[in-house]
Amino acid sequence: MSILVDESTRLVVSGLTGREGTYHAMNNRRYGTNVVAGVTPGKGGQDVEGVPVFNTFREAVAQTGANTAMVFVPPRFAADSILEADDAGIATIVAITEGIPAHDELFVYNTLKRNPAVRLVGPNCPGVLSPGKANVGIIPASFFKPGNVGVVSRSGTLTYQIGNELAQGGFGNSTIVGIGGDPVPGSSFVDIIALFEDDPDTELIVMSGEIGGSAEEEAAQFIKASITKPVVAYIAGLTAPPGKTMGHAGAIVSGSSGGGQAKIDALESVGVRVGRTPTQVAAIAVEILGG
Amino acid sequence: MDLLEYKGKQVLARYGVPLFHGKEAATPDEAAAAAEEIGGEVVVKAQVKVGGRGKAGGIKIAANPQEARTYATDILGMDIRGHTVHELWIQKATDIASEYYAAVVFDRSAKAPLVMLSTQGGMDIEQVAAEHPEALAMLHIDPLVGFHPFHARRLAFEAGVEPDVVRQVGDLLATLYEVFTSEEATLIEINPMVVTPDRKVMALDAKVTLDDNSLFRHPENAELDAGSGGDPQERMAAERGLTYVKLDGDIGIFGNGAGLVMSTLDVVAHAGGAPANFLDAGGGAKAEAIVASVEVILSNPNVKAVLFNVFGGITRCDEVAKGLIEAYRIIQPTVPFVVRLDGTNDLEARRLLADANLPNVHPEATMDGAAARVVELAAATS
Repeated sequence: MSILVDESTRLVVSGLTGREGTYHAMNNRRYGTNVVAGVTPGKGGQDVEGVPVFNTFREAVAQTGANTAMVFVPPRFAADSILEADDAGIATIVAITEGIPAHDELFVYNTLKRNPAVRLVGPNCPGVLSPGKANVGIIPASFFKPGNVGVVSRSGTLTYQIGNELAQGGFGNSTIVGIGGDPVPGSSFVDIIALFEDDPDTELIVMSGEIGGSAEEEAAQFIKASITKPVVAYIAGLTAPPGKTMGHAGAIVSGSSGGGQAKIDALESVGVRVGRTPTQVAAIAVEILGG
Repeated sequence: MDLLEYKGKQVLARYGVPLFHGKEAATPDEAAAAAEEIGGEVVVKAQVKVGGRGKAGGIKIAANPQEARTYATDILGMDIRGHTVHELWIQKATDIASEYYAAVVFDRSAKAPLVMLSTQGGMDIEQVAAEHPEALAMLHIDPLVGFHPFHARRLAFEAGVEPDVVRQVGDLLATLYEVFTSEEATLIEINPMVVTPDRKVMALDAKVTLDDNSLFRHPENAELDAGSGGDPQERMAAERGLTYVKLDGDIGIFGNGAGLVMSTLDVVAHAGGAPANFLDAGGGAKAEAIVASVEVILSNPNVKAVLFNVFGGITRCDEVAKGLIEAYRIIQPTVPFVVRLDGTNDLEARRLLADANLPNVHPEATMDGAAARVVELAAATS
């Protein structure tokens, strides 16, 4: 098994006809992901390398049985596209788009919260990869192989770095989930860690957090209360100065909140081992798994 | 985007928030003229995007235009916690009966706007929360429901607002919430919100932060940040489409992806070094972006060595290598470069660099090894 995406994924891509949308959707298809449809208003009836394009999500779902959406449209249209996917009954929505207005994200989050059947991953994320099964997003799949380590991260490249070191230690991944670097992510560490806990293929969970917000502290409380599998963590941005946004819109230490050391302390106090560098994280994971 | 006090007040004024009369000034002459026009006692306030202006000596009360000129001369050019004062706000001085605090905050943990009200204004609100939690009323608002008069009444009565001004305080909170949602702010803080001796509730100070990602819907707000100072390297980077944050150290950093770059800063610090910047070239950076990045990094005179730490996903390492070779041809750097390239097309990248045989470029295989090397090289050049 794995979480969120696998052989049963039937993917509809919002923004399929755009340059980036086409490139990554076709990459995902080459990997084996079942890409069944695209949505671009006004381009219904066309196709992209054999994938049919529809005007609306409702039409795409009715015609192709799509159950997962990838959102690749520009920031000003992205919130609308996510809401449309939800309205059409899509259960898993992966939003890659970076730069969505914060108030749009707030509205989307609070709207989707009313539908317990839907899960949004992202926005501003690299997507979800279940090695050997399906890839939805822009994660370069060639660095990862099937295995028993679940990875959840706010950062894309940092995930590749840690995943690559795990691979060198001989370990693969059940699923890799990029939850994104924005202030209001659709899925939090808690949401994804809960899914890994229930996934029989996942034996160890790696969470890669960063400064800003309190999602890591919330994860620590949740791990203490509800998680039986070992968790290894990393926190980026320990040395970042307060008040400066470090690339990700969500990565900012403001006032007394969001600092890296407090996150490490919160995690270590509940027994989570925290690596001080990505290399250490992989080494700890390998040690726990008996590499 | 943090706004200077007076620019934030321009936004609030559009919605009818009660404000004191004032004028901006960039020179002592302008300050004196503003004081003359306003008449009577005025407050001369440094305009910087950082708190603690009063304690730093950046806020003075002037009895007349001559004093305003003197204080302006003192305050302009002053450094307040790393921010140089380029502008002043000259505001009519006022008698104050009570100092309150009001704010609307984008609470990312609760994923809802948070409205706060306190009768202990004029001081640091985190201190109020710690020492007098009973004096701070807080309420999360469901963004799908919005802010209603009963929310305002609840906050006002819980905070212990003086009964005769409850209605005015409530109206002001409703207006602040309207500004927050309509202008897509992430913070609106009025500290202090004052009650004057004739029982008027007014905003004495204002701190407004707008969401950069929403500026396409608010073109008039995009201009509010123009000419508000900022670091020359950061401006240069923004013009080249790079995400750059200047730091205090001497090791220039280039990387791809915000998380990996943050991690690179930490690993360099862990190895005993001090990064001079954060620079994220983004996904899929081509040679041109690499050249621009090297230009920006080296425009900081403190840089003694540079670390390239790339894990290629969408970004191709061979493109990074080509960019670095091109940058060497154009800029001819004199400081050492440590280069660690892993991921997509890394073998080709290493071959390109080996063939180019650039002077003072040191390839390293791992992130930790590269960090140790660049720290060593920076120390050797100082």
